Amino acid sequence: MSLSPLEILLSLAAAVLFILGIRGMTHPRTAVRGNLLGALGMLLAVVTALSIGDVMRWEWIAVGLAVGAVGGAVLALRVPMTAMPEMVAALNGFGGAASLLVAGAFVGDSSTPVATFAAAASGLIGAVTLSGSGVAFLKLREVRWADRLAPPGGVATTAVLLAVGLAAGGWLVAGGGEPAYWAIVAIGLLLGVALTAPIGGADMPVVISLLNSYSGVAAAATGFVLANTLLIVAGSLVGASGLILTRIMCVAMNRSLANVLFGRMASGGARADADEVYGGKVKATSSVEVAMLLEDARRVLVVPGYGLAVAQAQHVVRDLANLLESRGATVEFGIHPVAGRMPGHMNVLLAEADVPYAKLKEMDEVNAEIGEIDLALVIGANDVVNPEARTDPQSPIAGMPVIDVDKARTVVVVKRSLSPGFAGIPNPLFAADNCLMLFGDGKKALVELVAAVKEG
Amino acid sequence: MSVALVFATVPVPDAETAATPVIGEAVVLALLATVFVLALFVGVEIITKVPPTLHTPLMSGSNAISGITLVGALAAAGAGEGGLATALGVAAVVLATVNVVGGFLVTHRMLRMFRRKDRG
Repeated sequence: MSLSPLEILLSLAAAVLFILGIRGMTHPRTAVRGNLLGALGMLLAVVTALSIGDVMRWEWIAVGLAVGAVGGAVLALRVPMTAMPEMVAALNGFGGAASLLVAGAFVGDSSTPVATFAAAASGLIGAVTLSGSGVAFLKLREVRWADRLAPPGGVATTAVLLAVGLAAGGWLVAGGGEPAYWAIVAIGLLLGVALTAPIGGADMPVVISLLNSYSGVAAAATGFVLANTLLIVAGSLVGASGLILTRIMCVAMNRSLANVLFGRMASGGARADADEVYGGKVKATSSVEVAMLLEDARRVLVVPGYGLAVAQAQHVVRDLANLLESRGATVEFGIHPVAGRMPGHMNVLLAEADVPYAKLKEMDEVNAEIGEIDLALVIGANDVVNPEARTDPQSPIAGMPVIDVDKARTVVVVKRSLSPGFAGIPNPLFAADNCLMLFGDGKKALVELVAAVKEG
Repeated sequence: MSVALVFATVPVPDAETAATPVIGEAVVLALLATVFVLALFVGVEIITKVPPTLHTPLMSGSNAISGITLVGALAAAGAGEGGLATALGVAAVVLATVNVVGGFLVTHRMLRMFRRKDRG
């Protein structure tokens, strides 16, 4: 496949549109236009490939485009906002699969060492992206057997698979041809499962970001196979994006990437006993009592967690916030970077419920003013509001930045039970003097709360 | 597939140069690597400015952009080689198109929710 200068220039135009498109994402006001610019760039790239490229057989292309477009549109229009983590995982997987198939289609041609090397990279990374995203998808769907997919041997198995994969890559570069390529893909598929299956639900934001990055890197590698500058530019943009998100997520958990991928949460020993922490100190409350507290609160902070998504309580929270605001209170939302199952998960849910984005505050912003908050309402969050991260250097979550709701005047935690969060540790917040527990399903509890506020 | 011809401009009819590409393979690789590294820097520069509120649409939108493999898939499916290469190409066209169409559409859906309240 050789490109003409005209094609290269049109590719440049498409690449510029991609960059402008992503730049639009830097503000909600320009983001819609940015996404459309990106789509325009893609259209330009496809039309260029179809019109000036050396396409000889149209019938299969037409079928492929039609099937893909209908499939993609149906997926995109029907998926509920609560299933967005699964959707992103699935899309990452498709991207990785497409890259590995394209590299596979060209690997048989006589090509340069560089192209062959790139094909090996594309096959390995594409396969890891595909199977890794598949496992992530199953985990996000809460399919139980997904956890059992992890091969025995842990990190050692992963290391062996990686070594064998790299050896197969060497075989391909040495002239192994198609058998070598498909061996790489097979090992990559196993590697993707081995890497993803042992990772727990609360670490999903890291995994999704990382797979997002891989899907970009696979596309860039395919770009080197085809000597196509547009694939390289677009792939590296996405690769960079995923890596930055991965880093943000790791920093938000105070864990290294290696620790998320291969580590286990520290266990035993220093772990406090739940009875010791909670014994006799936890105060349960009722919706009527919380409604009275809310009456008097001038500044209310809502801290949502994954439980909000599970209970699909985003609309009720919005109702409660609007109700309180209509009575003169200020209501803000404090969003922890790793609340939920993917970067920005809470923001999407609250945006769906029409909560203005100006009300969604980042962790640092919220913590700076936490002393002025009259009432902090924690909904379905646990580890991200655990003060132990700040106070106990022995804790498994020591050093993880948390939203300091314990420093607000009053804290109300809406939660089903005292069961621990992902870290598996009790939360001293629940036993704090200024904390009240409103036990129950998030949505039901909030509906009752809204009713109580209206009556009171 | 001839990587070496990528940056060749006008074919030179001269017998001596016609056989060899205008720009050597190593140079092409160096240029591709240049593009790769510069794009990485551009990506890092822009993406660090994306606010956390938009991280999910950023992922789905950038994911749609990584569906650019579609261009390669079209070349593979349309090369008319038949057999395995075409089959792989067509499968890649389907997957990449799902990625592109699904990614941009779902991002659009999400972003419109964010913009809605900006006015109200």
